Amino acid sequence: MFYSPVITNAAEAVSNDRLHLFRYVEDPDQHKIQTYEAHGGYAAWKKVLNGMNPEAVREEVKKSGLRGRGGAGFPTGLKWGFIPKGSPKPRYLICNADESEPGTCKDRVIMERDPHAVIEGMAIAAYAIGCRLMFIYIRGEFNHCIERIKAAKEEAYAKGYLGKNIFGSGYDLDMVIHTGGGAYICGEETALLNSLEGKRGMSRIRPPFPAVEGLYACPTIVNNVETLSAVPHIINRGAEWYRSLGTEKSTGTKIFSLSGHVKRPGNYEVELGFSLRKLIYDPAYGSGIVGDKKLKGVIPGGSSTPMLTPDMIDVKLDYESLTEVGSMLGSGAVIVFHEETCIVWVVLRLIHFYRHESCGECTPCREGTGWMEQIIYRIEHGQGQPGDIEAIEDICGNILGRTVCPLGDAVVMLIQSAIKHWRDEWQYHIDHKKCLVKSDFEFK
Amino acid sequence: MILTQESIKQIQEKASQYPQRKSAILPALTIAYRQIGYLNSDVYKEISRVIKVPYVEIAEAASFYTLFPKQPVGKYLIQVCHNISCALLGADSLIEYLEQKLGIKRGETTPDNLFTLVTVECLGSCATAPMMQINQDYYENLTREKVDQILDELRAKV
Repeated sequence: MFYSPVITNAAEAVSNDRLHLFRYVEDPDQHKIQTYEAHGGYAAWKKVLNGMNPEAVREEVKKSGLRGRGGAGFPTGLKWGFIPKGSPKPRYLICNADESEPGTCKDRVIMERDPHAVIEGMAIAAYAIGCRLMFIYIRGEFNHCIERIKAAKEEAYAKGYLGKNIFGSGYDLDMVIHTGGGAYICGEETALLNSLEGKRGMSRIRPPFPAVEGLYACPTIVNNVETLSAVPHIINRGAEWYRSLGTEKSTGTKIFSLSGHVKRPGNYEVELGFSLRKLIYDPAYGSGIVGDKKLKGVIPGGSSTPMLTPDMIDVKLDYESLTEVGSMLGSGAVIVFHEETCIVWVVLRLIHFYRHESCGECTPCREGTGWMEQIIYRIEHGQGQPGDIEAIEDICGNILGRTVCPLGDAVVMLIQSAIKHWRDEWQYHIDHKKCLVKSDFEFK
Repeated sequence: MILTQESIKQIQEKASQYPQRKSAILPALTIAYRQIGYLNSDVYKEISRVIKVPYVEIAEAASFYTLFPKQPVGKYLIQVCHNISCALLGADSLIEYLEQKLGIKRGETTPDNLFTLVTVECLGSCATAPMMQINQDYYENLTREKVDQILDELRAKV
């Protein structure tokens, strides 16, 4: 089993005290509990057990401004507060490690290289919501992560960080590792719940929200790996410190997975509000476009977020700034493509993916993604017909807002952005029965 | 019996961790797939007996999850990501290269049953593209030279 060779900016995180998620990810022993402890690990968990009540933990995280790093950006502390007070049912915490948004490869690095950070974050979150049994749902392909989390879990039990009456606190906490079956949709929290219950991974209608009726119809909180990994740092250093990172509304740091046509693809932890241009061009990060070609477009937050054109890349990477330019921060997966990329080809790749991953529950998404793939396939292959662009737009209009989960909306927003920014190219394709620029990428 | 005693033990142990037995379906499918290499209705029937969940619920779930092949595959299942980040770095040419080297098309198995070649969606290895997964392992930042070496090593193991 192999360790991911992905590039990170861990060296920068060592010298820059403001970065914290990546500080030790290049230490080959960080996955071992002794090393994790030597680096200050489990101090936050001890601090919590030694004198913070659950409400104080929730308040601290709420004050920190931490928001969900899986894609939705919902305030974490607020989410924890949605658990109904006085409910006699068991409560569950689930760490969403079903990382499968195209372009995203950050949670994998955390789990492989710093698995105890995930477990410690989960334990604190579990305590904050009064949970006694917590789960981590890891995508089934991530064998190395699964092995690392499994080994870390055993170490944590052996050292008494998990189990019965943890450090004499009277608090019991158990952990179950659950692995997925290769379905993208299971990263959506309600589909994940169904999948964890042994059902097909189809989404649930909200309300009720998982915090009220989630796993086994009990109050449940689902948080992303990166979100939970930030929690121990917030407890150790305080909400005020965390708030001093990033921007006023997008606090803290975020890992961006940079992929596509950049010279130095990798995972980079930066403060929220970082410049997208700098991430792509600065020698410490992306180092510019391969072959020094011209940038054509950027997908800023995973394939489900609307695309940006080169004139938009001075945008700051935070929740608000990306929303202002009509896109989203999403999972922080920045996918870059240069001038020799056909936009219809890009969209065909993605619509094929969404058609394949649509769970089939909602008719507009199930049928609409299939129809759009057929139309986009024929445009890309020189058989486009007048009216095809309008047909796609019409289908988009009939999916948007008409599905149980956001998969349908994601498809629509990415396609609409590609048509809005490069409509002439789509038209050229139909008129000339060929690509304006042909995507022809050779691997080395 | 198709499932070995070891697999049955693993499934039972896993099932005991959940508040509801049905949650053990996906772990049971995973354990069975690891042992057998693919899944079919005979396997679902055995799992049904082991975790005491109706057969139909197991078949229903299994048919949803693409991680588990539903028919026999070669000794080495090569899964090449062809999603956007890999495609931008030449996944198509990687697939063609593999087709040429193995003498099969995607979706096919070599006559000696050694390799099955398929394309898959994003495997979360986007900043180390192009990539492929062979059985449980990821192979990343692929080049022609690396692919040659990997295939040679796998052939040498047989």
